[in-house]
Amino acid sequence: MIINIISAFLSVAILGGLLGIGLAFASKKLAVNKDVRVANVEESLPGINCGACGYAGCSAYAEAIVIEKAEIGLCPPGGKESAEKISKIMGMEIEFNENRLVAKVHCNGNREHSAYDFAYRGLEDCNSAVLLFKGDKSCKYGCLGLGSCIKVCPVDAISKTADGRVEVNKEVCISCRKCVEICPTGVMQMIPYHADYYVACNSKDKGAVVRKVCKVGCIGCKICEKKYPEAGFDVNNFLSVVNYNSKGIDRQGAAKACPTNSICKI
Amino acid sequence: MSYLAILISFVFINNFILTQFLGLCPFIGVSKNTESAIGMGFAVTFVMAIASIVTWLLSHYILIPFNIEYLQTITFILVIASLVQFVEMVIQKISPQLYKALGIFLPLITTNCAVLGIALINITNNYNALESFVAGISAGIGFLLAILLMSNIREKLDLIRVPKPLQGVPVAFISGGLMALAFMAFDRALLTNLLG
Repeated sequence: MIINIISAFLSVAILGGLLGIGLAFASKKLAVNKDVRVANVEESLPGINCGACGYAGCSAYAEAIVIEKAEIGLCPPGGKESAEKISKIMGMEIEFNENRLVAKVHCNGNREHSAYDFAYRGLEDCNSAVLLFKGDKSCKYGCLGLGSCIKVCPVDAISKTADGRVEVNKEVCISCRKCVEICPTGVMQMIPYHADYYVACNSKDKGAVVRKVCKVGCIGCKICEKKYPEAGFDVNNFLSVVNYNSKGIDRQGAAKACPTNSICKI
Repeated sequence: MSYLAILISFVFINNFILTQFLGLCPFIGVSKNTESAIGMGFAVTFVMAIASIVTWLLSHYILIPFNIEYLQTITFILVIASLVQFVEMVIQKISPQLYKALGIFLPLITTNCAVLGIALINITNNYNALESFVAGISAGIGFLLAILLMSNIREKLDLIRVPKPLQGVPVAFISGGLMALAFMAFDRALLTNLLG
């Protein structure tokens, strides 16, 4: 009886001891020498793994900076702050571009303003809806409102308003472009953070077609372009687009003059 | 033919997750997206294969000669855990690529019941060394199959409206239960029909 207990105790203790020593030895022998800077750089990145830099995640980007000498300012969420920290670690000077871009849904058409061709009852996913006749909305350029962008956003910056439109909170947006990539209609576009006005329409159809399917769409009447030449509106393909590099004088007036109210203040 | 029988048996008839309900923790925890589910599946296959061999050697060259078979479970846990730790270090040293794909999953399954389960089942079934190895790989493939199916179901579940109390893990368990029901169709008759 006692012998059994002792032998069990001893055999497990010896086995455990041997394995422990073996592991300790192996960890010394097989230790991987990591560059300390990789860990430091990773610490100065935000750590949300959004992939906006073009690498698999923050640790992959950190490795790329240290080992492959990748560019430093590629992280939009980290912005100037983390770029400065990294440049200190790497001992390099960088120029950081201040013009931050944020995502914006270029469509104001909700259930009330826009026409629908049929009642869609499939998966709540814009890319699934597009497979059926390019979506249930009569306008094939607009926001389908099923919220694929809301699900893909890594920082929860996108939400639905009470009247069924999709909105991006520009303070939270980290410019990772995931919503732009997933949106099947291309209605999600990047605009400058400091933009004052935008055209809330993405329809390249003729004015008469737009009028039929939507109350708030751009009909390409060119009033904004001709009456307010200094405001920087360009009308191509029956769609007005704001040129944010222009002086942008009296965009307010153009917004008031727009017959469908599709030029909106941000 | 008996190796084929072992393969079919462990992948379909005695699927570790859907028939024996072993290893449910990684099955639910890592099945939210397909990419990590595949990583986990291969990590489990890998660990099960080497654990089967090592525990067979341990059992037949140490435990049985010294008449201490009653220490089977505890020594298996000890050996499997340190083995996985060791393999993790080796992989990290020799292949950073493989480590990136499998590395993060290895520590999660050091003490997993499915891995211990295959080691004990091998001994109970009196398999020889090669049979144990094949059983280990097959059980891993069965796990990979189940977690891959599950991750696809869960990706689709994310897109549809699920009643609030059932969102997330509860509905995953219900789907898992339905999958288990479907797998009950694979029984001994399949084996006799296929292999005569």
